Amino acid sequence: MASEVENAERTRALFRAVCLIRRVEERLERLFADGEIPGFIHLSIGQEGVAAGVASALREGDTVASNHRGHGHALAQGVALKPFFAEVMGRDEGACRGRGGSMHVADISRGMLGANGIVGAGAPLALGSALAHQVKNSANIAVAYFGDGAVAEGVIHECLNLAALWRLPVLFVCENNGWSEFSRADAVLAVDLEKFAAAYGIAFTCVLGEDAETVASAAETCLADIRSGAGPALLECRTERHRGHFAGDSQSYRGAEDVERAEVVDPFAVMRTRLERLDPGEAARIDAEVAAEIEAAVAYARAASPSELEAAYNDVYARSALS
Amino acid sequence: MSSEIKFGRAINQALRECMAADDAVIVIGEDIAGAGGSFGVTRGLLNEFGEHRVRDTPISEAAIVGAAVGAAMCGLRPVVEIMFMDFVTLAMDALVNQAAKMRFMFGGRASAPLVLRTPHGGGLSAGPQHSQCLEAWFAHVPGLKTVCPSTPADAYHLMKAAVADPDPVIFIENKSLYGASGPAPQAENAVAIGEAKTLRAGTDLTILAYGAVCRDALKAAEMLASEGVSAEVIDLRSLQPWDKDAVLASVARTHRLVVVHEAVRDFGPAAEICAHVAEFGFFDLDAPPERVAAPFMPPPFAPDLERVFRPNAEAIIEAARRSVS
Ligand SMILES: Cc1ncc(C[n+]2csc(CCOP(=O)(O)OP(=O)(O)O)c2C)c(N)n1
Ligand SMILES: [Mg+2]
Repeated sequence: MASEVENAERTRALFRAVCLIRRVEERLERLFADGEIPGFIHLSIGQEGVAAGVASALREGDTVASNHRGHGHALAQGVALKPFFAEVMGRDEGACRGRGGSMHVADISRGMLGANGIVGAGAPLALGSALAHQVKNSANIAVAYFGDGAVAEGVIHECLNLAALWRLPVLFVCENNGWSEFSRADAVLAVDLEKFAAAYGIAFTCVLGEDAETVASAAETCLADIRSGAGPALLECRTERHRGHFAGDSQSYRGAEDVERAEVVDPFAVMRTRLERLDPGEAARIDAEVAAEIEAAVAYARAASPSELEAAYNDVYARSALS
Repeated sequence: MSSEIKFGRAINQALRECMAADDAVIVIGEDIAGAGGSFGVTRGLLNEFGEHRVRDTPISEAAIVGAAVGAAMCGLRPVVEIMFMDFVTLAMDALVNQAAKMRFMFGGRASAPLVLRTPHGGGLSAGPQHSQCLEAWFAHVPGLKTVCPSTPADAYHLMKAAVADPDPVIFIENKSLYGASGPAPQAENAVAIGEAKTLRAGTDLTILAYGAVCRDALKAAEMLASEGVSAEVIDLRSLQPWDKDAVLASVARTHRLVVVHEAVRDFGPAAEICAHVAEFGFFDLDAPPERVAAPFMPPPFAPDLERVFRPNAEAIIEAARRSVS
């Protein structure tokens, strides 16, 4: 049994992870509204418990492949705030030197194989990463984050089959927020995920993503099984998308009462309440610390340099010269 | 004075008329019915024609386009939307190995008359996977037709031609054109697939473009005129088949050629056009053909990068000056 101190530490760490994602997303939302972020961004406000919980169960060397709603995955994976903001704001100091933006934040050194602009495309990357872990006889595992809408893509099913067939050390994490862009997920999926998992002979767990600790415990169990050689697992996390599909989405397809209902399901509030009980004042202290880090990162990104075409061109291949 | 219409609206009007005229025309794609499409092109079709013929699909590009091929083989005229051209990679088998081959492979006794609508191009800082111009891939596949209009009226007429066409047509819409307005289409000005249009007559050089960069070509021609250079601007409108006669005839008059596209330079459509002109118009040329295109790299996200990545009027003017110097 974990000691009380360990439990408090875990709650504290999970709150911090959830808080970081929430505050970053809120900051991005404002920067976007102010025209400081080009392109489009997909916010994970309401879904923070999933990234925070899953990442807390990962070890050094584990890998994750993410999707278009990937800010939380990257942050939970430990991608530093300065290169994160610099990337989303299109600067040379960005994690990807401003070439990818929000939908392509990656940091291979942290095992973050990238957000992804192509729905479903992260799953085979995670599958391949798991293959690499297996071939190298490492004890590491790979995580594939994808949404419920992505389950309609054939490649997800090919991955489930192949992962099961080769008993690859991969954890499929489906963030089921009930939406596939502007469509309700039940309008795009014929059966529940559980049935898909069963069909491929993959261990299945479903939890409420609202509680990062619940997600963390479920992920720990799944990962322990996978590391012991049990083969892949699928973890469904039921979540709520508080915002639109992308920042600025008017959500004309979604009633105000549905947004209100979704907002009640709040991973941030859950963790704050719990931490408050254990250590009054600690949540506010962490929140303030996170806010200061974010402001420093935003200031850094604002002052950062523009990306250069020649440097970008030189990265198309391992060695090339602008011709 | 004719009224004005927006690019996306003109396509919408063409689709509505096609659907009203022929029950076999159906429209399918991701969030195209209830939401009216990510760029609003199919707005209102659901209300007018019902969910039987206007279908939202799951995120399943391979299945959607594959199903469009099968439906087309069995008498429907599907118009399928791929939300961003970049996602067409997921539907390539259906297009390249299935749709493109049916007529030929089945002895001329089958056909797949579908239209695949898809937006290409940058300018939105949408990044490497939401900004590509991949039309050369399709123009390289025997059995597919590829069009890329630059004005609302042409978009309207080419959509009608594409739906009526007995073969599969890739209909490419440049994202930066959606908000642009132009004269409303006139019924008597129908456009056939494969027909170029002279946007501006000139005598010193031919600037050939298609899609959104036609506007840059016109801007360049105007600036060049102030330098005493008379540029002819031709909008190709269709890439496969393309209007070889119109291009060769123009080059025979101007003796100089600049080909412009937003797609990357290497193995882009301009390569084929320049090769053809070199083969069949060699003795008409007074200068090497010039290409103005994006550099051979993925579309970058950062606005500073994307601005220099995309070809513009200045780049066209420079190429034109080289050509006439
Ligand atoms: C192959 C492909 N098809 C379509 C899209 C457009 N698109 C981006 S996100 C999205 C919905 C994804 O839903 P889900 O997987 O549930 O993730 P969520 O947005 O709910 O987090 C769609 C259709 C895309 N990016 N890639
Ligand atoms: Mg979803």
